[in-house]
Amino acid sequence: MTMVNLTINGKQIQAPQGATILEAARGAGIHIPTLCYHPELRPEGACRLCMVEASGARTLVASCVYPISEGMVVNTNTNKVREARKTVVELLLANHPKDCLSCQRSGDCELQKIAADLGMRKIRFDGGARKAHTIDCSNPSLVRDQEKCILCGRCIRVCRDVQGMSVYSFARRGFDTIVSTAFENDLKDAVCTYCGQCASVCPTAAIVEKDDTEKVWAAINDPGKVVLVQTAPAVRVALGEELGIPAGSIVTGKMVAALRRLGFDKVFDTNFSADLTIMEEGHEFLHRLQNGGVLPMITSCSPGWVNMMELKYPELLPHLSTAKSPQQMFGAVAKTYYAEKAGINPADIVCVSVMPCTAKKAEAAREEMCDSGYRDVDVVITTRELGRMIREAGLDFANLPEEKYDSPLGAGTGAAVIFGTTGGVMEAALRTVAEVVLGEEIANVEYHDVRGMEQTREAVIKVGETEVKVAVVHTLASARKMLERIKAGTADYHFIEVMACPGGCIGGGGQPLPVNAEIRRIRREALFECDRASELRKSHENPEIKELYDTWLGKPLGEKAHSLLHTHYSAQKR
Amino acid sequence: MQHIRAHVLVCGGTGCKSAGSKDIQLSFAKNLEAYGLQDEVMVVETGCHGFCENGPLVIIYPEGTFYCKVKVEDVKEIVESHLYKGRIVERLLYREPMSLEQVPSYSEIGFYKKQKRLVLENCGAINPEQIEEYIAVGGYEALAKAVTTMSPQEVIDEVKKSGLRGRGGGGFPTGMKWEFAAKSVSDKKYVICNADEGDPGAFMDRSVLEGDPHRVLEGMAICGYAMGADEGYIYVRAEYPLAIKRLRIAIEQAEALGLLGDNIFDSGFSFKLHIKEGAGAFVCGEETALMASIEGKRGMPRPRPPFPAVSGLWGKPTNINNVETFANVAQIIVHGADWYCQFGTERSKGTKVFALTGKINNTGLAEVPMGITMREIIYDIGGGITNGKKFKAVQIGGPSGGCLPENMLDLPVDYDSLIAAGAMMGSGGLVVMDEDTCMVDVAKFFLNFTQSESCGKCTPCREGTKRMLEILTRITEGQGVEGDIELLENLAKNIKETALCGLGQTAPNPVLSTLKYFRHEYEAHIKEKRCPAGVCEKLANYTITDACRGCGLCARNCPVQAISGKIKSKHVIDQAVCIKCGACMAACPFKAIIKG
Repeated sequence: MTMVNLTINGKQIQAPQGATILEAARGAGIHIPTLCYHPELRPEGACRLCMVEASGARTLVASCVYPISEGMVVNTNTNKVREARKTVVELLLANHPKDCLSCQRSGDCELQKIAADLGMRKIRFDGGARKAHTIDCSNPSLVRDQEKCILCGRCIRVCRDVQGMSVYSFARRGFDTIVSTAFENDLKDAVCTYCGQCASVCPTAAIVEKDDTEKVWAAINDPGKVVLVQTAPAVRVALGEELGIPAGSIVTGKMVAALRRLGFDKVFDTNFSADLTIMEEGHEFLHRLQNGGVLPMITSCSPGWVNMMELKYPELLPHLSTAKSPQQMFGAVAKTYYAEKAGINPADIVCVSVMPCTAKKAEAAREEMCDSGYRDVDVVITTRELGRMIREAGLDFANLPEEKYDSPLGAGTGAAVIFGTTGGVMEAALRTVAEVVLGEEIANVEYHDVRGMEQTREAVIKVGETEVKVAVVHTLASARKMLERIKAGTADYHFIEVMACPGGCIGGGGQPLPVNAEIRRIRREALFECDRASELRKSHENPEIKELYDTWLGKPLGEKAHSLLHTHYSAQKR
Repeated sequence: MQHIRAHVLVCGGTGCKSAGSKDIQLSFAKNLEAYGLQDEVMVVETGCHGFCENGPLVIIYPEGTFYCKVKVEDVKEIVESHLYKGRIVERLLYREPMSLEQVPSYSEIGFYKKQKRLVLENCGAINPEQIEEYIAVGGYEALAKAVTTMSPQEVIDEVKKSGLRGRGGGGFPTGMKWEFAAKSVSDKKYVICNADEGDPGAFMDRSVLEGDPHRVLEGMAICGYAMGADEGYIYVRAEYPLAIKRLRIAIEQAEALGLLGDNIFDSGFSFKLHIKEGAGAFVCGEETALMASIEGKRGMPRPRPPFPAVSGLWGKPTNINNVETFANVAQIIVHGADWYCQFGTERSKGTKVFALTGKINNTGLAEVPMGITMREIIYDIGGGITNGKKFKAVQIGGPSGGCLPENMLDLPVDYDSLIAAGAMMGSGGLVVMDEDTCMVDVAKFFLNFTQSESCGKCTPCREGTKRMLEILTRITEGQGVEGDIELLENLAKNIKETALCGLGQTAPNPVLSTLKYFRHEYEAHIKEKRCPAGVCEKLANYTITDACRGCGLCARNCPVQAISGKIKSKHVIDQAVCIKCGACMAACPFKAIIKG
């Protein structure tokens, strides 16, 4: 790599050729504030907050897009730069609601932090903010408040470049510019998958998850209700970030303790139903493989992904596994099997789930998700919302004891916990499918061929004499390319795992902020750590799963399983 | 071959067309036939002559008689008197606004005398819809010379030597720009002609495209040869239907003759041209926004580098020049850089076309050698200020330019002098303002334009120009406060430093230049709550002078009963009650009410 010598704030540094000033500065530990910049999105140089003085330039330059050159002299804190930077922030603040104290992003708003860091004490412009935007709360997952939008365009870029959906774009001009869906429709009428990546990158509260915590509080405080909670695999390695604990910390036990103290009657684990999903989906795959079913079969546990299929590729829906997602299997089993076993009227059960995902809210609200005879899952909250509830309740999270999940829906294997990362569902399925096919125990359970962070990975797995060709895809833009290959007949695979979000659920739209590649990596490492630490690492070895099939459900893909644990898909017309 | 003894040139530019020149043309045909002259007199529809104020224009050759404001009813007389009997129709001749002298001949008119028409030489002289007419006056000779006798580098060197600078606003040396694009290695390159003329009042590009489209095509093809591009786009506003129509015809005709297309002049050089119609966003005149628009995206600028010469349209090396720039190229190649350098100044070579508008007698297009003074343009060519009023300022360079006061009138008009004076060449819009103009109001007008045309991408332009406009608005409404001038200056400075593209970086210019030269007007608005020019309605004070005869009409027309007085004696306006609607002034039969 060719290195370039430059001077920033009097400090001689080297940075790779082609780097921007911002990259060079950050590499040298020099902080330059940014807003429209996001490390995983193509820089646009739009907000003009990261202006610096660079030798050879006529005006100040936006460091996020300006390339370094040999001998360049950069200054990031001269009075000229400071004044320009503050003017930009002042202009943004002048056009921003001043309701920080009651804002959903208060405390983790990037604009608020920058205003504080730069010591903004007065706004010289009293023309006020652009108004007349209604808040879009048309859908179960996301809320958009355009008044809080600072037009950084990150949502546009993440939706277009990472997710390939292009739900948003700029519309109108000048001061009237807005981020808009097509025809300024509400999200429910746009081609939105509710993946929530826009909310993950939004620096302010212009796009946030729909807050459902009040529903949970209401259920908990209703003496007539039995409130069950399930926690998704990826929540336990991220929740700590909401509560002042470093990213990648495994907080499973403290989380269980916190949920009990919040007042949930039973604390269960989505890992249980992830194992159940493997039983059903694994057998479905074998059935398709052995009986000439539609291949490649594609996983269906990521609801953002399912929405994308229904919106954009309805003709390929037969490829989707009919197995419900772990969240929905849990709900269906909780209000039938568990209710029966515990002697509770299912009508009195409120089934809450804690998910890393905003699309899960919409999934739980799907009309057909009531095979138990009731709404299978009643309320979905994200990791961020659970963090808020714990803070509201004043729990000293870091010092809570480690507690265990309740039984009988609380046991999960190592195979289940890795559902939370890209490749995990595939790996979990392979662990079970291999043993089912061969009928014997296989010593090695780690399939490193399907691990990794490349957006599309493929592997050929030998299961006895059979070669199973698999692929693993994450992000919807890459998923779309895979679907195009399927349409073109060039996707020679038997089984494909797709996750809508970058990195899978660890990078889900409901996870703590900020999210970046490094944070996703350590969350993911933590999940693998959970897997390695598990006594049981294959779904079919889960004793509670065995008991469920033996005493109540019968066989995988059996009649009862079919009616409770499988679903159907149809084209979404918006 | 039949002998044509006279040509009747009827202007077919947009201005004259909307004034009815098509009907005049038809009427000539009819009347010539009635007088049996149809075989000896030929009617030609030409492009714009630039003297739009006096249209529809008709010029009769060989004499060069210049008839102004011709109506359909006049045609019979012209045919009978001039063409049949040989007597000039004097009442239709042009009259100099200052001397009131009648001028019979085209070349003797003050408006044209001081012009040096290089770019516009064919506008108004040939039929733009006939490629043969362009060829007959030497058209496509430059392209032939370039592709058959010169290497691409020789072409670039010639253009560099000519000193030609971009006529679109920035004034970047054209030859250097071509050389950057030529040096970029790529299997595909593009030439783009920026015909998204959007400055208020500017219409020189439209006139060139309407009056002499081949000249632009030829310049683009030469550029393509020089930089190694085989494809080009002309990005032209959809609001220019006539220009688009004539460009289409021109491209079709050039392709039919092999002057565009594959293997031009058997040289192995191929060049294909497309027209892309812009949807009317001012910011699409910015080159990166323009390219985004051609690509089908929202017209928003992107940061440079990379410059278009490295990564332009669809990521390929691209050279973008404006219409007038391309229109200069053919002559440079044919006559050589040395010939071209005789026009203009040391650092600004050649000519520049200006669109004269505002309070000036001869509105229209004037092409002048660089270095001519503003005074010569306004008084000698423009014929001075209308209604004998006093000159106050000239706004040059469009919404990004600046306002220059009377003591700058002897400033030579070239790129560097204008920048030094706080204005810019821009595309060549020239708005003349008289003593009745309020400079704060002018700044507000231009800022209102730029802020509503901002693409909304970068914070300083989107938010900052809005705030500047708010401050200007409150000043003109009498709500200005101490510190507003300093706030404007501070904001302007920061916008210039931080905006993403040229639109934002130059948007504060009208405010800064008016503050520089007319600061006292701002101060009068803020401190004395007075608009010296009497333009700002909310600051206007209506007073009744001694000319009042006490008729009472004003009092009866006042909607708020602010006027009192006895019949037959002088009336008075109660300033506290007056809402400054001006109804009294309109009603007064004795002009006894003044505003100020």
